[in-house]
This record gives sequence, structure tokens and C-alpha cells, in this order.
Amino acid sequence: MKAPRLTWPRVGALLVVLLLVAAGLVAWLNVAGEDPLTGDANSFVATPEQVARGAYLARAGNCAACHTDRGGAAFAGGKGIATPFGTVFASNLTPDAKTGIGTWSAAQFWRALHNGRSADGRLLYPAFPYPNFTEITRADADALFAFLRSQVPVTQVNRPHALRFPYDLQPSLAVWRALFFSPGVYEPVVERSMQWNRGAYLVRSLGHCAACHSPRNAFGATRDSLELSGGLIPLQNWYAPSLASSAEAGVADWSTADVAALLKTGLTPRGAALGPMAEVVFRSTQYLNDADIGAMAEFLKSLPQTPPHARAAIAVDKAVQAHGEALYKDHCAACHGANGEGGSGPNGVVYVPLAGNRKVLLDTSANLIHIVVNGGFPPTTAGDPRPYGMPPFGPALKDEEIAVLASYVRSAWGNAAPPVSALDVLNAR
Amino acid sequence: MPGFAQTWKLLRRAIAFFVATTMSAAMAGAPATVPDTMAQRMQPCSACHGKEGRATQQGFFPRIAGKPAGYLYNQLDNFRSGRRAYPTMTYFVEQMSDDYLHEIADYFASLDLPYAPPQTVGAPADEIARGEALVRQGDAAHGIPACVQCHGAAMTGVLPAIPGLLGLPRGYLVEQFGAWRTGQRKALAPDCMAKVATSLTPVDITAVATWLSSQPVAVGPAAADTLARPLPIACGSVPQ
Repeated sequence: MKAPRLTWPRVGALLVVLLLVAAGLVAWLNVAGEDPLTGDANSFVATPEQVARGAYLARAGNCAACHTDRGGAAFAGGKGIATPFGTVFASNLTPDAKTGIGTWSAAQFWRALHNGRSADGRLLYPAFPYPNFTEITRADADALFAFLRSQVPVTQVNRPHALRFPYDLQPSLAVWRALFFSPGVYEPVVERSMQWNRGAYLVRSLGHCAACHSPRNAFGATRDSLELSGGLIPLQNWYAPSLASSAEAGVADWSTADVAALLKTGLTPRGAALGPMAEVVFRSTQYLNDADIGAMAEFLKSLPQTPPHARAAIAVDKAVQAHGEALYKDHCAACHGANGEGGSGPNGVVYVPLAGNRKVLLDTSANLIHIVVNGGFPPTTAGDPRPYGMPPFGPALKDEEIAVLASYVRSAWGNAAPPVSALDVLNAR
Repeated sequence: MPGFAQTWKLLRRAIAFFVATTMSAAMAGAPATVPDTMAQRMQPCSACHGKEGRATQQGFFPRIAGKPAGYLYNQLDNFRSGRRAYPTMTYFVEQMSDDYLHEIADYFASLDLPYAPPQTVGAPADEIARGEALVRQGDAAHGIPACVQCHGAAMTGVLPAIPGLLGLPRGYLVEQFGAWRTGQRKALAPDCMAKVATSLTPVDITAVATWLSSQPVAVGPAAADTLARPLPIACGSVPQ
């Protein structure tokens, strides 16, 4: 038999067929395995227990962090989430019939969380962390739905996203989803305790910790193989340190009480929650009950820890060291102590020690620079209702001085992290 | 069983060890206990607002010491809620409870500190005159109430939520008017100052800021307890 001759029309036809097959595959991957949409808005009747449970879960999932705008009505959306691909605006989750989720069924709400598809069938952008929420149980999804439906309806039209081409197109998103997303269910690990599994569910799914604490690839997808191994938060220049490294924010060798203190109060003898984590503690984790906090601690303590990598010995420039020490004495020692030992009030540590402080010693100096430049307060919580704060030194010190100061803090009192350059400071400011 | 002498020897050693370790810790510069005070907690504020929030003669940042507590709380809440925009302020207060914001406002309101000499000196006489006229009489033709009608006859504010305007940097005053005109700064609706600011001309604004920032402030410029007359214009931040 003779092979068909390759002619342009034939090659073209073949390409068209291949494209159609690929498009078909992408389309199928985007809707495969969806549950049938049964019932409507009226067929869902919430119990008071569901509403109360949903309120708690909404805290655990920190829905308000995105869906409540600064100064805006609760859950009415409108807040812009800046991403490397443009700005995604959070939607109105109040039960308003026209602009919110008033006409949604429970099944549609479940599909949004579990499959990342809106009630009208649109694919949702993963700034809404459905790659994590997909593992939320149906019972928890229904409780969240019950809670949101109990809110006061607010008429506020959703703002269209401001994404660049081609990210603004649904087919682009479909391709992304075909590559990086598949719906999942939390499968309990039978060898582990119920408490561990509860913690894993809260951290991995509802709490979506990986949204910040995992690295992302060039397409903005978090990488499961590097779970919770730290990530630079896009456009904020805060680094969410690895929860799987003893050199970063791993808690394998922490007491459960210290992990609980961080999540409940925002302040521990080893460090305070500042920046994006302060928001998480303020809006979310401080409200979790002791059982759930303990479960999260058990799971986090069990994460396999990457050993700290060896660092080359740092060459300390004597003149820089002396300048840094002078700046430290003038600006820092009054609170953090002459030897970086921190400061305590009547109820314990209020100014964290800098000697041996992992935040100070991270490979990326972004967080340290942020804190020196902008200062800040840990969140107010029931456990720390009147926090002490750190002044911003950005107005008073030049980039070079901040670099020298940061380098000194990273190399004094037994600390041994590479120096910070004025360019690092400029980049992080 | 050990005898008394032996026990005493051990005890003596223990005491000596305890004294030696505490002494050496003290000599190594063990940190003093951090004071459990609002003054200590509010250290970060002095970076911009000056020691104890009294501001300075130079510079842009407003004095906060001695302002009415209701005014200060409203501003903290405005920053938290996005009605005012200044990144450092927003960053400081966005994870703070109402209770703490009230405590912060009360703390700065309670400070009664001397003022620096006025910032503006040697301004042109006609500009000063125009500014003073607006402050004391307003401009009825353009629907502008006199500043003193709300901010008090002495311009030192009225409790609980109207600020005094003396002792503020000229640049700060001008920028606030500008921010109201462009919608950058808002207050609870109805936003009376937005209305005033949009009615004033740029020349009026500089004149008012010049006059206000050229006035010396006596010691203890307490805010008035009550308004002499009802507000000439409705203000959301001063419910009546």
C-alpha cells in the first residue's frame, strides 16, 4: 500500500484535527467528573447548626480576607487581588439575587469550591484558591453556603477582572486548568491520627496555607511536590517561609504550645506574626478552637524537614561591621537588647530576640528589609490585645544604612547569614 | 541522713551560685523589663509624629498629642477603612481592634505638651488677612462657613471629635484640603470638610493654611467642651 502523499491541504487538515482533539480534551478535562447540578436556591434549607458551623469555617478559610473590601460591607467583594497576570477582583458572596449568590443552589456553590466553576458556568481564576478548596468536604461547603446565605444581602456589582491578554480569556484559563488543576477529595491517611488528619485538612484545604507558603511556577500554579516549602508572595515582596525547613518556619522542634501561641496570639518568644501572616492571625487563626489549633500544630510538626543547607563562611568587612553596630546601638538596641537578646515585659517577650532569629537569617532578606523599612505591629488578638510595635526606619535611614544595619544583624551574636546590599533594600522597599 | 552542717554547706553553695548567676546576668546587660505602658507601645508613632506625638516645627507630619480622642479614633478608623490613604498608617492599624484604636486615641488625647513656635513666619500681609477673614468670618457669598463655627472660637477644637487646627504644618494642611478635593481623604458621610474644601479656591486654601500655621499656640490649648451653636453644616463624624 502506498503512503498518502503529504500535501499542504492534507497537513492543514491534520493540524486542524489535532487542534480540535486538543481543544476537546481541554474542554473535557475542565468539566470531567462534575457532580450533577440538582436542586435550586429554594431547595436548600439551612439549619442553625449549619449557619454557626459555616461562620466558623469562613474564619478558618479566611474568606473575608479577599471577599470583604477595606471599609466595605462584609463578603460583598470588590477587593482587588494583584497577581503577576493582572488584578482579579473578589466577587460578592452576599445573598443578593442580582449581584451576589442569592439565586445559587447549594450544588452550584459546591461546584465553585470543588471544581472552580461559577454558577453561570464560567471558569474561575485560581486567585480564588480552589486548587486547595477542592478538598473541602461537601458538608463543610454546605455549611459555608448556609452561613453566606444568612448574611445581609448587599447590592454590589462585581468588578470585572483587569487581566492582561491572553490571561483574560476563558480558553487560556481552560488550558491552565487542564495542566495544573484536577478536583480532589481529602483522603485521610489511615496510619495517622484523626487529629493529624484534621490538621492536614485545615492546613492543606480550608486554610489554603499553600497559597502563600508554596512556591509557584511561571504559570502561577503552586507545586504540590514542594508542598509548603516557602514562596515569595507575588507583588507583595513578602516571603512566606518554608514550613518544611528547620532553617525557615518549620515547627518540628517547636512545642505545640508555641505553635498555638503563634496562630492564636500572633506572638511567641521566638517571633511575631507581621505583614501578611499578621492578617491571617487577625482574621482567621485566632478564632480557631484549641482542638483545631492543636490539630494544625500536629500536622505542621510532622512535615518532613529539609535540613538547613550549608552556607559558605561569610567574609565580614570590619568597617561595615562597625558602622552596622553603631546604627544598631542608636536605633535597635533599646528594644531588641545590646546583644540581640530581645526584650520582655511583665508577661513575657514583647520585642523578639534577633540572635538566632530565623526571620532575620532567611536566604531572602525581603522580610527583614520590609520590617526595618516599614516597622509594624503584630495583630491585636484576645491573647495579645495591646501589642507593642516597631517603628518604620525607612524615613530615617538611607538604603545603604539599612543594608549595613541588616548585614550587621545577620552576622552578629553568632548569626551567620550573607550580607544585604543597598540594591536588595531598593528592590524590597 | 546528712547532718545540719552538711545541709547548711549545700544551701550556702546554692545561694552563692544563685547570687553569682543573677549578678553575672545583670552585668552582661540583661535587658531591663520593658515598661507596660502605652508610651512604650506607641514608640513606632514617634518615628513620624515626633516624640510623644508632639510633631516638630519642620516637617510634614501632624501633631497628634492633645487632639480630641473622638477625632483621633475617627482618623485611625478612617485609615483602617480606606477613607484616608497613607500606606504607613494603613499598615499599622489594619490588624487592630476597635478597643485598641480607642485606647491609642485616648492615650494621645491625654498628652498635654507644649507646642513648638509657629512654622510659618514672614508671610505676606494680604495672605494672612485673607486667611484670618476666612477663619473668623468665612465667605458667605460662596457658602463657606467660618472655621471657628466648628473648630472653636480659639481654633483649638471642640470635644469630642473636632480637631484644633493650630500648630499643624502648613504643607500638611494644604495637602489635606487637596486630598478632600480629589476624594483621597474622606470622612463619614455627610463629609462636611469635603464640601468646604471643594468650595474654597486654591488661593483661599493657601491663605487659610498660612494663617493657621503662623499662629503661636499657648500652653494647654484645651479643646472647647461644647459647640457654641449647632454646626453650620452636617458632619458624619460629629453626629448631633
